[in-house]
Amino acid sequence: MGFVDYFISALFLQAGYNSALVAIGAGLLGLSAGSAGAFIFLRKRALVSDAISHATLPGVGLAFIIMVAFGSDGRWLPGLILGSAISSAIGLLMVEWITRKTRLTEDAAIGAVLSVFFGFGIVLLTVIQTMSSGRQAGLENFLLGSTAGMLISEATTIAIAGALAAAFVFLLRRPMTLVAFDPEYAATTGVNVRNIDLAMMGLALIVTVIGLKIVGLILIVALLIIPPVAARFWTNQVGKMIGIAAVIGGLSGYIGAVLSAAEASLPTGPIIVLVAFGFFLISALFSPLRGGLASALRHQRFQRRVHRRQGLLSLARREPIYDGLTIRILRRAGMIRADGVATARGRIAAEKAAHDEARWAMARRMLPDDSAIERYDGLTPIERMMTPDQIAEIDRMILSAQNAQAQQGATT
Amino acid sequence: MIDDLITALGAEFVQLSLTPIVIGTLAAIACALPGNFLLLRRQALIGDAISHVVLPGIVAAFLVTGTITAVPMMIGAGAAAIVAVIMIEIVKRLGRVEPGAAMGLVFTTLFAAGVLFLEITDTSSVHIDVQHALLGNLESLIWFDAEGWGSLLDPAALATLPPQLPRLAVVLVGITLFIFLFWKELKISTFDAAFAGAIGIRPRALGFALVVATAVAAVAAFDAVGSIIVIAMFVCPPASARLMTNQLARQVGWSVIFATISAVLGYVFAGYGPGWFGSPYAVSAAGMIATVSGVILILTCLFGPQRKRTGQHAEA
Repeated sequence: MGFVDYFISALFLQAGYNSALVAIGAGLLGLSAGSAGAFIFLRKRALVSDAISHATLPGVGLAFIIMVAFGSDGRWLPGLILGSAISSAIGLLMVEWITRKTRLTEDAAIGAVLSVFFGFGIVLLTVIQTMSSGRQAGLENFLLGSTAGMLISEATTIAIAGALAAAFVFLLRRPMTLVAFDPEYAATTGVNVRNIDLAMMGLALIVTVIGLKIVGLILIVALLIIPPVAARFWTNQVGKMIGIAAVIGGLSGYIGAVLSAAEASLPTGPIIVLVAFGFFLISALFSPLRGGLASALRHQRFQRRVHRRQGLLSLARREPIYDGLTIRILRRAGMIRADGVATARGRIAAEKAAHDEARWAMARRMLPDDSAIERYDGLTPIERMMTPDQIAEIDRMILSAQNAQAQQGATT
Repeated sequence: MIDDLITALGAEFVQLSLTPIVIGTLAAIACALPGNFLLLRRQALIGDAISHVVLPGIVAAFLVTGTITAVPMMIGAGAAAIVAVIMIEIVKRLGRVEPGAAMGLVFTTLFAAGVLFLEITDTSSVHIDVQHALLGNLESLIWFDAEGWGSLLDPAALATLPPQLPRLAVVLVGITLFIFLFWKELKISTFDAAFAGAIGIRPRALGFALVVATAVAAVAAFDAVGSIIVIAMFVCPPASARLMTNQLARQVGWSVIFATISAVLGYVFAGYGPGWFGSPYAVSAAGMIATVSGVILILTCLFGPQRKRTGQHAEA
C-alpha cells in the first residue's frame, strides 16, 4: 500500500484501531490546545507557555527515577504526566515569583526558567541512561514526540484529558475573555485576575503535559500559539476566534498524527507543527478579512478606481492622458478609443464625474463640518453620501454661483 | 592533600578536562556579554529564538554542501537567524500580533522543519542529530596530544587543539571589541532610544548589530556546547548580574564572573560530581552548566543587593 493510499485510509480511520485512536487523541489535544492558546494569545503571554513546557522535563526524569526506585517499570504514562505537571507548575510559579519579587522582567524570567529547568532535566536524563543501562527508557521521545508503539491505554488517557481540558476552557471562557481584554475592568467587576491568569496558565500546563507523548515538550508550545495566530486572521470576535483556533488546532493534531502514522519513522511533533504552520500560511494569504491576497486585491481595486476617476476628470477637462495604467483602464471600459479620443460613453461618464466633483466642491464650501465631507475620498459619488434634498440644495448653489459668474463676466 | 590536588590537575586533567572547561567558559562569556543588553532591552528571548533556528540552518547547510564543516555550517546558521528575524517581523506586521507570539510561531516552525529535514535526509554518515544540537558535545572536545601543562608551550601540541577553542576565542574577542567600541552608543540606545536617535546614534541599526552579534555568539557557542547552554547563558548570568548592581559596567563585569563560575563549576560537577556519590558515570555537562547558572540566579534573587525595583523597598 502506497503512502497516499495509507494516508487516505488513515484519514478516515480505516488504518487500524490503534492509529485511529492516536489520531483522535491528537485531534482532541489540538482542539484543547487551540482554544486554551487563544486566551493566552489574547493576554499576550504566549511565551510563558514555552517556559511551562520546557519545565516539564525534570518532572519526567524525577518521576521515572522514583517509579523505578519503587520497583515499577518507570514508563507508566500517568505517573510521568503527574511528575511533569508538578515540575512545570513549579516552573510557572518561579516565573511568577521572579517577576513579582525582583526587578527582572517577565521575558528574562521565562528565558531563565526555560533553560535552567531544561538543563536540569537533561542532567536527570543522563543519570537515567546510566541507571537503566540495560533497558532503554525512551524518555528522549518526550522531547519531540512519538506515536510509534503507543499503547491503547496511553491514547485513551490523552483523549480523555484533552476532552477535559476543552470542557475546562468552555466553563471558564467568560472570565478569561474579560481578563484577556481588560484586566483592570475585570478586577472592578470582582474577578480575581491573578487566579484567572493562573487558571489560564494551568490550562496551558494541562495541554503541555498531555501533549508530551504526542508532540513533545520542545514543540508543544507551537500548538498553543500557531492556531490562535491563524484564527486571528479570520475574525474580529473573541467567541469565533476561539472556535476557529480550536478547529485549526484539532485539524493540525489530527492530520499531523495521521501523516506520521503513515511514515512511522518520523517524529510526530514536527509534523503536527508544520501542518499547523500550513494552516497559518493559508490564513495569512487567503483570509478575506486580513489575508495578504485580500488586501492586495483591495489595494488593486482601489488603485483602479482612483485611476478611472482621475482619467474621467481629465477627459472632462479635455486634458491629454499620459499615464499608461489610466489609459488601459479607460480603454478596457470603452471610455476612449485607441487614439485617446473619448467615446460617447466616455464623454457621458466624464461629464458625470466632473458634475459629481463640482457638487463635492460646493458641498465642502457649504457644509465644512458635515460628517459626509470628512469621509470624502474623491471616489464615492455624492448621491451615496447625501440626501436628495441636500443635493438639490447644492445644485441650486452651483447654479446661482454660475449665474453670478456669468453676470460678472457680462458687466466687465 | 596537595598531592591529590596535583594529580587531580595533572596530565590527565589537561588532556581531558582543560579544553572543555576553557571552551565552555569562552562560550558562556560570549553569550553573556550581548545578553546584558538584550536583557535591558527586554529582548531576552531573542537568544532563545535564535538558538532554536540554528538547527535548521545547519541542516540546510549540510543539505547544500553535503559535508559538515565549520564555515558552511556557520553561514547556514547565520542565514537561518536572519531569515527568522525577518519572518518574525513579517508575521508581526501581517498578523498584527504581539512579538512573543510571532517569535513563538516562527522559531517552533523553523525548528520543526529542521528536525524533519534531519530525519528525512540521510545524515548517518556524519555526526549530526537532534540530541547533539540540544546538548552539544562538550565532553568530547578533548585535547588528544596534550601530555601535561607543558603542552601549552608546545606548538605541535597546540596545533591539535579542538578547532572550537580558537574559533570561540576569535568570536569572543570580536564581541568584546563590538561592545567596547560602541559602549556609549549601546548604553544610550538601550536606556533611551529616543534620546539616542536625537543625538545622531541610529538605534535601529545598532539594535540590528546587536542581534547579529547575538547570532554570531549563538552559532559559535552552539557548535561547541549545544543550544541549552546558549539560552541559559544569554539570560541567567546577565539576569543575576542585574540584581547585583545599578551600573551597567559593573553589571557586565558580574555577568562575566557568573558565566565563568557556571561554566567551570558546571563542568566539574558534571564530570566529577557523580564520583563523589560513588557513581562511575558522568552526567551532561551542558545541562549541569545551565543548572549552576540557575542556582546562581536563585541566590541573587534571594540576596542580590539590588534585587528590588526602585521604590519597592518603601512598599514592602
